[in-house]
Amino acid sequence: MMLTALATIESLFYLAGLVAVIASLKVVTGNNTVHALLYLVVSLLAVAVCFYLMGAPFAAGLEVIVYAGAILVLFVFAVLMFGLGKDELRHAPKSNNLANMIAAMLLAFVVLVELVIIIYHGDMQQSLQANVVDSKAVGIMLYGPYLLAVEIASFLLLAGLLAGYHYAKPDGTEASL
Amino acid sequence: MTEMLWKLFEITVIIALLIPMAAMLVWVERRMIGIWQDRLGPNRVGPFGILQSFADLLKILGKEDWVPPFSDGRVFVLAPVIGALCVLMSFAVVPFSSVIGVSDLNIGLLFFLAMASLAVYGVVLAGWASNSKYALLGGMRAAAQTVSYEVFMGLSVMGVVLLTGSFNLREIVLAQADGWLIQSQFIGFIIFLIAGIAESHRLPFDLPEAETELTAGFHTEYSGLKFALFFLGEYLGVTLISAMSVVLFFGGWLMPEPLASWLPPLIWFVVKVMCLVMFFILLRTSLPRPRFDQLLKFGWVVMLPLALVNLLATALLRLSGVL
Repeated sequence: MMLTALATIESLFYLAGLVAVIASLKVVTGNNTVHALLYLVVSLLAVAVCFYLMGAPFAAGLEVIVYAGAILVLFVFAVLMFGLGKDELRHAPKSNNLANMIAAMLLAFVVLVELVIIIYHGDMQQSLQANVVDSKAVGIMLYGPYLLAVEIASFLLLAGLLAGYHYAKPDGTEASL
Repeated sequence: MTEMLWKLFEITVIIALLIPMAAMLVWVERRMIGIWQDRLGPNRVGPFGILQSFADLLKILGKEDWVPPFSDGRVFVLAPVIGALCVLMSFAVVPFSSVIGVSDLNIGLLFFLAMASLAVYGVVLAGWASNSKYALLGGMRAAAQTVSYEVFMGLSVMGVVLLTGSFNLREIVLAQADGWLIQSQFIGFIIFLIAGIAESHRLPFDLPEAETELTAGFHTEYSGLKFALFFLGEYLGVTLISAMSVVLFFGGWLMPEPLASWLPPLIWFVVKVMCLVMFFILLRTSLPRPRFDQLLKFGWVVMLPLALVNLLATALLRLSGVL
């Protein structure tokens, strides 16, 4: 039972990795911005599955929440705002062929099946427990040995925030910080 | 293998109960709004109009399932499915009682937040794929609103995580055996509730579909079954936010002793959820819709500092041993 569970995990991991690679390829080869962003979302979800299978559920959760759920929404927002998608729809050749459609559905379907299998395989969680990094361990590491890195990252983000504020302020008015 | 079949059976039952319940909620809401506004509401189909949702469903199934020729066909069809699916997936981690519940995930709370943040794609993509100005504006509003309010939603539940020491929803409920978290996390609950309304884009925060200014917002171009999926997603979302509030702040299926023996735990859970759903409906009836910039400003200027202060105060009280 233990062996089969491990084999399942390994095959699931490679399947998710394959989905991530194919989806990433579709990101850079497609000619529609929004479709490319959607493939990027699929790729990130597949990477999240990889994280989960490697015993890092916290990283998997954050991957979905932060990358797929927040950063890429901002990307999509920017595309909508500048109307890039619409412009391209007019200029790019229409790619409504069946192969594209099936590829997209297949990728999403594979990730879905993996999710279902993970939820129902109770013994899989046990065999994973050997090297699980839970959220508490992540917190202890971040605020212990890696405290300096966390602080530097937060400085960097603050600088980015200030730069964003500078560029976003309306013309002709002095920014009051 | 039997275990897996049992799980599948459990999931089927939960879905088979949730979806008709969301449909009934439409009728309940219209009736309650009618009563609160001193008029009748739908009362013609069946006793008290209870079959109204059924009639609506038949009507919607009879409508033409139209995909506009100017839209992005694939994404147009995919968008309502994403919206409804993400909300349904979240129910996988909700512990309905001590034994009922699909998955006892250790990162259950994170899973809920992840699904909530993915659900926005349904709305945004619908707005983009419709290729219409109203829908696009609705989609953009939805993106900005959801990304902002997601931040406070995540921060507001961190107080709960701090006090219970777990992301597992079942353990969070069990940790409330001798006192619901609403006592110490009242501010957290308020922030969670407001963020929840914004996430499920209900009135007063239904800016993405504000009919007075955007026709119907992101679902302007939708009809028939795909429109029904958006509706299903919205009412399931209301139920989900209520259920999560009950799990996080109102002790889930637990009740204090004399009351606990009156009804089974599952019924108590449902009663609490229904009370919160009613509160959602009351909010919808009584509050006006803010302007969009007011909504965003309220979020970042009021809610964010409040959530941070709440988290800090909880942490300090926890460290000093008061909580």
